[in-house]
Amino acid sequence: MAQIKFRRLDVRSSLLRAMVLVNAFIVAAGLSAALYMETMGHAVTGMNNQVVWGLPHVFAVFLIVSASGALNVASVSSVFHRLAYKPFARLSGVLALSLLAGGLMILVLDLGRPDRLLVAVTNNNFRSIFAWNIYLYSGFFVIVTGYLFSMMDRRVSKMKDVNQAFGWTAFAWRLVLTTGTGSIFGFLAARSAVFGGIMAPLFIASSLVYGLAFTVLVLMTMSYETRGRLCTAEMLGKFRGLLAVFALTTLFLTAISHVSRLYGSQTAGVERFLLVSGGIYPVMFWIGQVVIGNLIPLALLAFMGEGASGRRSLVLASLLFLVGGLAQMYVVIIGSQAYPLTIFPGFEVSSSFFDGAINPYTPTLPEALLGMAGISVAMLIAALAFYLLPFLPQGEEEAEGAYVTP
Amino acid sequence: MSSCSGGDGKAAVDRRGVLQAAGAFAGTVLAPGVTLYAFGGGDAQARPVDEPASAKQRWGMLIDLNKCSSGCTACVTACKDYNGLKSTGRPEIDAQWIRKVSLKDPNTGVVRSAPVMCQHCASPPCVDVCPTGASMKRADGIVLVDKHICIGCRYCMMACPFKARSFIHEEETDQKVNNPSGKGTVEGCTLCVDRVDAGQNPACVDACAKEGGALVFGDLNDPESEISKAMRAQPSARLRADLELDQGIHYVNLK
Repeated sequence: MAQIKFRRLDVRSSLLRAMVLVNAFIVAAGLSAALYMETMGHAVTGMNNQVVWGLPHVFAVFLIVSASGALNVASVSSVFHRLAYKPFARLSGVLALSLLAGGLMILVLDLGRPDRLLVAVTNNNFRSIFAWNIYLYSGFFVIVTGYLFSMMDRRVSKMKDVNQAFGWTAFAWRLVLTTGTGSIFGFLAARSAVFGGIMAPLFIASSLVYGLAFTVLVLMTMSYETRGRLCTAEMLGKFRGLLAVFALTTLFLTAISHVSRLYGSQTAGVERFLLVSGGIYPVMFWIGQVVIGNLIPLALLAFMGEGASGRRSLVLASLLFLVGGLAQMYVVIIGSQAYPLTIFPGFEVSSSFFDGAINPYTPTLPEALLGMAGISVAMLIAALAFYLLPFLPQGEEEAEGAYVTP
Repeated sequence: MSSCSGGDGKAAVDRRGVLQAAGAFAGTVLAPGVTLYAFGGGDAQARPVDEPASAKQRWGMLIDLNKCSSGCTACVTACKDYNGLKSTGRPEIDAQWIRKVSLKDPNTGVVRSAPVMCQHCASPPCVDVCPTGASMKRADGIVLVDKHICIGCRYCMMACPFKARSFIHEEETDQKVNNPSGKGTVEGCTLCVDRVDAGQNPACVDACAKEGGALVFGDLNDPESEISKAMRAQPSARLRADLELDQGIHYVNLK
């Protein structure tokens, strides 16, 4: 039986070097921005006592959700026994770890006291979904690392049961992890725009789209083999189909979430705000999430050609899905805070603490830099991993022992 | 020899430094307690410092909106003075532990004013969501933030239905001993816990007593307390009662 040959990243490509340099520059800028915010306090950000989570959280949650979805390819290969995906399973695992690291870096650097990270590890309140997430995230690192080991170690990779066990554990864990991330918002009884169990499946569906979109983009940039020879017309078709199904599922759950809130008179106000009257938020929703982030990429996939043009359509669609994902997170995270809390139902309220007012939020450059640095850190970690170990598929080889070729 | 005397001099300086530091430490530790006991008075009984808060008490407040005039901000001013809350010049990032909310009935046009602060819930969402346990509820029902282990994640602010928490956005200086406020952490109304432990009323309650007397503070578990008697005398309500958080703050004449 043919074995898949893997290799390390070839760093001679000038495009790749340029990308590494650009990402390194963004990371440097993002870390400087984090230091600036830490030194000056959150007063220099757009966040305030009304909108307490801002643009860094949009990027962080987006990356954490994507991380879970990036494991799609590995899961499809191990759990659902689709051998066509096997060459990309290692890459998918590495990307999942990198994206999670990028997201967590943003979250930690945006804390009011990032120097107390150890406190978060040593003091746990297990009634908090946040505390649970600390363990879900660390567990994800451990399990996916074990999963990669089970795929790559010469001896262990031959033990099908071990690989299966890791595959199933990682698959279950990523579902729980995304459930936990969605529940950060879904458990907030005070925030009518996000409260509800639907946030968990909505985040799981979203993770499938973002994660696969990231995987496709990395495949198309990392090497000649992943871009061309191994990404056959059949594989492109599979990616196309999966992206379309995941995007449609996300759209469906998004629609259910909004319509059910429109139906209830208690929550109709916040929905009208998010969908019609809320200024930037309806724009983000309809133009950003629905049109740019779903309808256009779905149309691109629907009318996708073959060969190079098909590849271009797939890349563009993946990019647009990611743009839509950021817009979706902006509406969920910031839109839900911009609408005033209802503390006195039936009254028109006002106060010096902005009761009853639409809460303003304008993102600042340091916040944007920190957010983008999260994506760049993820890309750099992935590139470094690909350079150090043979994660990239090169093709199939009959000869025994060619499984790992650095 | 010179080196020896130099060494002695250094040692003397060090001893002085140690004594000064010890004095400052003792002053910092003891002064608040001494001050608290010096105040005395109040409906509540002072609790000995070596005795933990007890569930025998449930501290609470009754707010009568008919006695609270729209123009009066005595409670807000007293809170800011006592706890050292300063304006940053940007209202959106200022800490506010208690605020006056103007309530207008859209049907009748009647306008009233309601003080809103931490509602000291028996089932506080801020305590549930806090990952480190920094948000906590004392046995006597007072909800506090342990500023030593608050990591500044602001999840409690997302979870609070009453917007009762504030994040400190800038470096703080000249903080009050009773409120060691710090950049990057979250804080909110403590019911002036140090005063309560010393047998006094919260600062807002004492300030309000000189104006309309709309705020009554006391032990909800004591049937003979002023607050319990007042609550038996007229119907009261809690904010967002639908959330069933069992708040310690009750309102009279809310509707």
